[in-house]
Amino acid sequence: MSHRHIDITLTVNGERITERVDARTTLVDFLRETLSLTGSHVGCEHGVCGACTVRVDGAIVRGCLMLAAQCDGARVETIEGLSDAGEMADLQKAFETRNALQCGFCTPGMLLTAQELLQSNPKASRDEIREHISGNYCRCTGYHAIVDAIESVAQSRGGK
Amino acid sequence: MKPAPFAYAKARSLDEAIALTGEADARILAGGQSLVATLNMRLSTPSLLIDINGLPNLSGIARKNGHVEIGALTRHAEAERSNDITQHAPLIALAMPHIGHPAIRNRGTIGGSIAFADPAAELPACLLALGGEVEIAGENGKRTVKADDFFKGLLETALGPRDILTAIRVPAADKNMRVGFAELARRHGDYALAGLAACARADGKGVKDVRLAFFGVGNTPLRAKKSEALLAEGKIEAAVEALDMTPQDDVQATGKTRKHLAGVLLRRVAAQLTEARL
Repeated sequence: MSHRHIDITLTVNGERITERVDARTTLVDFLRETLSLTGSHVGCEHGVCGACTVRVDGAIVRGCLMLAAQCDGARVETIEGLSDAGEMADLQKAFETRNALQCGFCTPGMLLTAQELLQSNPKASRDEIREHISGNYCRCTGYHAIVDAIESVAQSRGGK
Repeated sequence: MKPAPFAYAKARSLDEAIALTGEADARILAGGQSLVATLNMRLSTPSLLIDINGLPNLSGIARKNGHVEIGALTRHAEAERSNDITQHAPLIALAMPHIGHPAIRNRGTIGGSIAFADPAAELPACLLALGGEVEIAGENGKRTVKADDFFKGLLETALGPRDILTAIRVPAADKNMRVGFAELARRHGDYALAGLAACARADGKGVKDVRLAFFGVGNTPLRAKKSEALLAEGKIEAAVEALDMTPQDDVQATGKTRKHLAGVLLRRVAAQLTEARL
């Protein structure tokens, strides 16, 4: 059966949600427009900039390259939920301390991407940090402060 | 931009997915990392998306009869973390970090990359360099197509409109297999300006059975057969001279630049092939 509108049930930041979505609605538009979770940003809409990065079933994805219709049964986490849960409060603090954001548009995606790296590779080097955030564009900072912030958290979490 | 309207169907079986391809302008949705971008830009406007994510038995990596078989829905990230890939398909392991970015690799699939056949993509060139094959399911059952016969033209493959790519197979590496991989891109994770995936057999101090598959320099991944033969004779500079592709100019680089870069890559990969030991 195929339909223009799809009923989905998913959890977003721990909350169970059932909605009818237009088949063509991307995940990030669903989060922003239907659920008013506007922390995930819409930048390039073709997977290049990383501003729409969210977590689906524990792995970061491009919110603009996945359809809401594909998220039936999925566990979606956004910057709002992860921020409230305090999971990466140290990373957020480091971004603030190190001036790793200016306009803030890229920051939610940058934080989710950095958090995934630090979870899988807690002792990431500067080169590994740069490689991992290469899919997240920042037009303000020139990246050095962002790398500094992530590196400082890698060191503090690693107990150095 | 936002996609034009389309209908969506989540296929529950391979047979159902193939049946749905009978509808006009239907497209298969796997990882969606190229397709959804083109939908957003309205470069493609299908009437129906057939979501094959969740189909059983299309995901996973297995060793079978001297081959490594990778299910079409295997995500790049899964292949990147796989010990089987590292040990038995080392060329694919070398290519993996160059494919997009972590968030793209979490979602993008091996089968999608091969089926889409972007001429600047890494995996089609790896499949060609390894002399692998593609397993296809269609209306009339299953068939297998060799990599050398699979890539037909720009974004055009041996897949017909009613076909679904179900797996790829590459020969499992043994102690005499040598592989090399290099690419040049403006930024990490960008599509390559030029790239080269290569495979050979160790032969004394040299190599034989060289297979070079360039990407980003033509409409499909390209073998360079004259250069392969010269490389097997140890003539690296002659192999560079013999490169006969004619890349097009585009906004990223001129064709002349790309051809020069192909030569640079060939020298680098030649060194990898003769030095690399499993």
